[in-house]
This record gives sequence, C-alpha cells and structure tokens, in this order.
Amino acid sequence: MNSQLDARTAVKETLPTVFGYIGIGLAFGVVSQSVGLDVILVMLMSAITYAGSAQFIMVSMLATHSPVISIMVAAFLVNARMMLMSATVAGYFRHDSMWHNILVGTLLTDESFALGMNKLNATDRKLNFHWFNTVNLIAYGTWIAASGVGALLGKLVAHPEKLGLDFALVAMFIGLLYLQVIADKTLSVNLQVVVIAVEAILIYVGLIFIPSNALLLVGTVLGCVIGVVIKHARN
Amino acid sequence: MLETSYVLLTIVGCAVVTWLSRVLPFALLKRHQLPPLMVELLSFVPITIMTALWINSLFSQHVGHLPTPNVANILASVPTVIVAFLTKQLLWIVIAGMISLAVIRAFIG
Repeated sequence: MNSQLDARTAVKETLPTVFGYIGIGLAFGVVSQSVGLDVILVMLMSAITYAGSAQFIMVSMLATHSPVISIMVAAFLVNARMMLMSATVAGYFRHDSMWHNILVGTLLTDESFALGMNKLNATDRKLNFHWFNTVNLIAYGTWIAASGVGALLGKLVAHPEKLGLDFALVAMFIGLLYLQVIADKTLSVNLQVVVIAVEAILIYVGLIFIPSNALLLVGTVLGCVIGVVIKHARN
Repeated sequence: MLETSYVLLTIVGCAVVTWLSRVLPFALLKRHQLPPLMVELLSFVPITIMTALWINSLFSQHVGHLPTPNVANILASVPTVIVAFLTKQLLWIVIAGMISLAVIRAFIG
C-alpha cells in the first residue's frame, strides 16, 4: 500500500483480493445451479442484489420456496452489518457530491471496506472517490463473471447429488461462520463460540415448534438478544 | 426448476433492502447515529444466522415432534470444519464439504 489514490494504484492494490471473489463467486454459481437457477438468473442476482453471503441465504430459501418477504428480511438481517461499514466509510466522503456517496455505498463490500480501512494507514487518513470506486468496480465485475462461470461449470455435472454438490451451501455456511469467528475482532472468540452453541440448541428446540422458514428469523433475532445479554453478563 | 417470476421478485426485493442498508447511512449519518444497543445486537447477526442455517440443514423437521437427524450431512460437517480450521479458504472448505458428502453417500447410500 502506498499513499497514491489514483485508479492505477487501486487496480494494483485490489488484485490480491480478486482471487477471493473468484473462489466465492464460482462456489455461488455452482450452488445456485444445483438448486435450479440458470446462468442468467445467477448473474442477474449477482448484478442486481450484489450481496455476497446474503445471496447464498437467498438461494437456500428459494430452494425451500420461502415467501419473498421472509427472504427479504433474512437478506436484510445478514447484510445489516453493511450499515456499520458504510457509516464508517461515509465519514471520509462528506465533502464529495451526494452522487459519489451513493455510488460508493451502492458497490461497497466487506473486502473493499477492509481494503479502504487498510489504505487509510498509508494516506494520512484520506480516501477519494477514484480510488474507492475503482476498487469497488473491480470487485463488482469479478463477482458477476465468477458466479456466471460457476453456474456454467455446475451444468456440466449430470447427477449433482452424487457429487455432494447440495452440500456446497452448507459447507459455505460452515466456512463463512468459521471465517467470521476468526476475523471479527470486536467480539472475543470465546463469546462467539458460546453464542454459536446457544444458537444451535435454540434452532434444534425451535424445529419442534416453529416451521423452519420462520424459525430462521425468530432464532436469529433471539440469538442476537442472548448474545448481547451474555456479553454484558461476562463484563 | 424454480419459477422465474418468483426468483426475479426475490432478486429485486432483496436488492432494495440490501442497497438501502449500504446507501442510507451515507445519507443519514450527518444527523443521526445508531443507538449503541442496536449496533451491539447487529454485531451478532452474522454468526447467529450462519449457525441457524447450518443446524437447520442437519435435521428434517416434523412440527410437534423431535427433528430427525440427517446423518449424512452431520457426518460431512466434521471434515468440513477441520478443513476450515486448516485452510481458512472458502473455496477449499466448499470442495472438502462436497467430497465428504459424496464419499459418505457412496458408503451409506
């Protein structure tokens, strides 16, 4: 990372993160294809919704024919953290036009956020539109292309259940969960493990009483409340 | 195959809510701030929702009765967690999960 904030520097600094988008995008394409979405719908979801891990949740809920409103609430909940990130980034774009602010917010991702926060250390706490927008555009293009290629690759496979493809989604949640636990420095690993254990029990018991579509939302909200209570009880 | 209109409606609906959560803070930040308690609650969303989806996939539901374990998925979760721990790479984790389930199905049918 250097102190330059031009587009060329942004391209150079974004390249290492591109492999992450390619890997997850391919996996997303394969998973979506396995539950019955074609290439066009996969790419449309990546281009229009553009919500990373929330897209995996959308696909799994589409597969169980959940009501659209439930899927929207789930996507909102899992992406709610973006509010915190965009609130943080917004502070560095106060003097830019509203249009530039909206564009940066529209294409903001976990990775471009992380890259931006990293960049601040090299630029005397400054960011600009050209640098950030270039980072965002590379991520956006890579994500759409990778998810499309993933959907095409998934099609080449005749009996997906024999290859364990339907488990790709579950494996993805396990992976995202693990990566979240080790990456989130705002909550201790101990606390997160306790909350995960409580949530697991909550879901198991909930399966007896509440249809699973509704349970995912009720269980998540309840889990968050219990998480806050445990966090305060330990302090 | 899923109905196209249902998928498209979901894509657009989710686009609106996720877009608003990314863009509204840019517009509102100057006047308001999220209450700290709300920020705290939201910080638990990623782990609780991922756990909920994972555990949900390990059982079949029969409302009013105990859930039935999905033995293949439960077994396949073990190597998947181990590979997550070892590689910390999403792509490898997914590949490990798929191979695990394929192998398990080959044995227990």
